[in-house]
Amino acid sequence: MANANTAELPQKQPAAASGNPLARTLQAKLDYDQLTNCMRCGFCLPACPTFRETGIEPESPRGRIALMKAVADGLMEPDQAFNDQMNHCLGCRACEPACPADVKYGQLIEQARDAIEDHADRGIPVTGMRKLFFKGIFPHRSRLRLLGGTLAAYRKSGLRRIVRGSGLMRLFPKHLREMESILPDATAKGVVETLGTVYPAKGEPIARVALFRGCLMDVMFAGTNVNTVKLLSEAGFEVVIPDNQACCGALHAHAGEMAAARELARVNLQAFADAGIEYIVSNAGGCGAMLAEYDHLLHEDQPLRGDAERFAARVIDVSKLLVDRGRLPAFAEPGNKGQEQVTITYQDSCHLRNVMKSPDAPRQLMKRVANVGFAEMKEADRCCGSAGIYNVTQPEMAGQILESKMEHAVATGARYLLTSNPGCLLQMKLGAAKHGGDSPMEVQHVVDFLYERAVRTEKHS
Amino acid sequence: MLDTQLIGRLRAIVGDGHFRDDREALVAHSYDGTPMLQSLPDGVIYPGSTEQVSEIMKALAEYRVPVVSRGSGSNLCGGTVPAHGGVVMVMHRMNRILEVDQENLTATVQTGIVTAAFTAHIESLGLFYPPDPSSMKISTIGGNIAECSGGLRGLKYGTTKDYVIGLEAVLASGEIIRTGGKLMKDVAGYDLTKLLVGSEGTLAIITEATLKLIPPPASKKTMLAMFRDLYGAARTVSRIIEARIIPATLEFMDNPTIRVVDDFAKLGLPRDMEAILLIEQDGDPETVERDIERIREICGLELADRIEVAETREQAEKLLTARRSAFTALARLRPTTILEDATVPRSKIADMVLRINEIAHKYNVSIATFGHAGDGNLHPTATTDARDSEEIHRVEQAFEDIFAAAIELGGTITGEHGVGLVKAPFLEWKIGKAGMEVMRGIKLAFDPHNLLNPGKIFANETRKRVVIDRG
Ligand SMILES: Cc1cc2nc3c(=O)[nH]c(=O)nc-3n(C[C@H](O)[C@H](O)[C@H](O)COP(=O)(O)OP(=O)(O)OC[C@H]3O[C@@H](n4cnc5c(N)ncnc54)[C@H](O)[C@@H]3O)c2cc1C
Ligand code: SF4
Ligand code: SF4
Repeated sequence: MANANTAELPQKQPAAASGNPLARTLQAKLDYDQLTNCMRCGFCLPACPTFRETGIEPESPRGRIALMKAVADGLMEPDQAFNDQMNHCLGCRACEPACPADVKYGQLIEQARDAIEDHADRGIPVTGMRKLFFKGIFPHRSRLRLLGGTLAAYRKSGLRRIVRGSGLMRLFPKHLREMESILPDATAKGVVETLGTVYPAKGEPIARVALFRGCLMDVMFAGTNVNTVKLLSEAGFEVVIPDNQACCGALHAHAGEMAAARELARVNLQAFADAGIEYIVSNAGGCGAMLAEYDHLLHEDQPLRGDAERFAARVIDVSKLLVDRGRLPAFAEPGNKGQEQVTITYQDSCHLRNVMKSPDAPRQLMKRVANVGFAEMKEADRCCGSAGIYNVTQPEMAGQILESKMEHAVATGARYLLTSNPGCLLQMKLGAAKHGGDSPMEVQHVVDFLYERAVRTEKHS
Repeated sequence: MLDTQLIGRLRAIVGDGHFRDDREALVAHSYDGTPMLQSLPDGVIYPGSTEQVSEIMKALAEYRVPVVSRGSGSNLCGGTVPAHGGVVMVMHRMNRILEVDQENLTATVQTGIVTAAFTAHIESLGLFYPPDPSSMKISTIGGNIAECSGGLRGLKYGTTKDYVIGLEAVLASGEIIRTGGKLMKDVAGYDLTKLLVGSEGTLAIITEATLKLIPPPASKKTMLAMFRDLYGAARTVSRIIEARIIPATLEFMDNPTIRVVDDFAKLGLPRDMEAILLIEQDGDPETVERDIERIREICGLELADRIEVAETREQAEKLLTARRSAFTALARLRPTTILEDATVPRSKIADMVLRINEIAHKYNVSIATFGHAGDGNLHPTATTDARDSEEIHRVEQAFEDIFAAAIELGGTITGEHGVGLVKAPFLEWKIGKAGMEVMRGIKLAFDPHNLLNPGKIFANETRKRVVIDRG
């Protein structure tokens, strides 16, 4: 059936060396087995937020995989449009549970972005900013904490100069302007500074666990970290917080900075190695998912492979640990006996749901709170458009997604919208401020909501 | 490459953003759910209305450019692979439910609507549209009509063709025709509605459909029966029907499938069983009780090793898991999964399954079979690797033998997936030379310049299985 339009495709392996350097890098980095595993059934299409927004195939997981494979096969040269297509992906990984063939889409998109980053021609300001952001700030706690201090100062005294001066504004101009209004009071004091590195269990200890404090979490939501430790303690866990832990590396991995992500993973393996702990607890779905996949991240690192596997197996989300093993205290909405019921709803953290596979635990906890009615929001399992730094890099698509998300949230009539990840928290706060009407709902982390409503017999310090 | 003037005209018809000919768009419309097939189109267009489709067809006809209509590209026969290039016309934007007529129990929709979105709406109104292909979460009504898709409920409720009563379609010339209507009876001339159902995009672009709805059954019951003897299972199927019981679902899994499913879903299935039947009956509660009791007796008479009847919805869900996991479990086994749909009279199911197993053995390939036992529609599924051309060759030979065996047993090469590119070379085996001539005549009458989905249904040569490209 020969005809001029039928492209000549290679039969087996990736195409021979292409003249395009990015193509060569992609061919080297993309896992051809995973590309082949996609049988193009299309079952992932309805799960994908970008496909649902646009309705066009290149914006779908199947389409993106086909584009990657076309490059690997030498059928197509990667151009700017190809890069854009890869960057449009939220990385929410809703396509993975939908896939009958178990295609590891998350790995493929990371490999593609890694290759793209290797060849990115960004001009000096952006490169400089990315370098500052990914290599300069996030890996280094002290600097992040400094930035936390800066943010706190920024919020409290309106010293815009500082942020502008640091260049942050230039990296995310439009977005930060919107974000500014909803940024929480960043604190210069993190969880360790507040509670120390060991926090005892209340009553007979069930297990010794370690808190992964996260970087964004510990700067923007240090209070949530503190509450997480205290809630774990209430439920019978002794909590250690290794102070030499680093950022999980998720933002780096999602942005294609794989080498930096691996470096951070190595630091964390070390930091949690001799804490004598049963679980590594995360309260941020995005971080938890990253940590839970260190085995994959360090797969090719022979000496550390075993350690990485053991590390990954111990990672658990705080809600799941509380539900599975905790001695849960009673929770109640105070001063609301017999009055009008307070409605709460939940927005899934994509990575908690699709990667850590714990969509039920937070809901179970929320349903335990007395005098509160849980209302499931339509399409709570769909990405809110935050997805790491997606709302920063793709503000338009993120905005579209957020708008429909808030419609569903408002429809529940909830007074509180809860979630399990700092990115989602910020995004939902933004949504509530923008689309929430006159009396917007309150957006909180599940842990904060619960801790404030825990009925305690005796108070801890 | 398309003529630049034609491109200008197409853009003018649909608006700038809805025509694309960049490399990304072309690559992303070069395939469908069929393994190992890929061919690039020259352009992709997303019409928003019947009028636009008509204008597009006029322009394409003038320039003699082929057009491939596409829903979600989930078909398994190469139906939307643009083997001859041209323009792929994606119907997704035309996805509105135009009317649900509760007096006549009909719904009229644009054909780009996703099947599951349509049925969800219909069910929210307390009505029922039975065709339920396993792909309904993504497939479009247009794709279902063009392939005459079936599903688990086919035995009792029929397939897509039994619910399509009226169509609006655009011909190759750009003219718009309407067939049928909200009519349960209509013999005004040839039945063009039924002719367009299953026409695989080769006769017209279907833009609107009027579908028949029915009241939903009041209750449903689910059971599972396991057999050590394949023929016992097969006889059970025949005896249920003989007893004048038409179950809503009567699904079958063979031993290789049972093993794979058990490995995957850890259901603790007995691995030495030769067959599992999943049976569901629906209707008014008394009838359902009586039928299920009767079926249980028949299973016992045919020496079923184990019979489980679900008492609650949760139990039913558990029983359904085995059959529902079949495809997923198989798809994870090897990189490439080839799902076929050879179909035989239901009395021949056991013979066909044995033939499939012999053939798989002969060519040393892995083929597991599951499917719709009630209507004889089997899914022999090969798990292989597209990169191993030697193995792929053996798989292709095995499927040739399977098609031949199906026809020998009075069956057909495809029960619900369609002919497309993949089975075009075998069509003559089923319908003979004279049959082919009649079909060619029909095609010519509708599409004299062969612009609508060229290369599908009609192969250049019979018998030799053609694979254009491996993608
Ligand atoms: C995992 C899996 C399971 C499946 N299970 C089933 C099953 O249980 N039963 C079953 O029958 N099929 C099944 N299929 C096959 C497939 O999903 C169906 O054939 C479905 O109807 C295709 O719908 P689509 O919208 O994806 O159509 P497409 O694949 O886009 O197109 C299919 C054909 O229809 C034509 N077409 C599409 N829209 C129009 C239109 N508006 N006008 C004219 N022609 C048009 C195309 O040209 C093409 O020839 C399965 C497929 C997969 C991948
Ligand atoms: S569901 Fe999986 S196999 Fe199917 S198209 Fe999507 S990624 Fe590919
Ligand atoms: S990760 Fe999310 S946005 Fe990206 S392809 Fe998968 S479902 Fe779509």
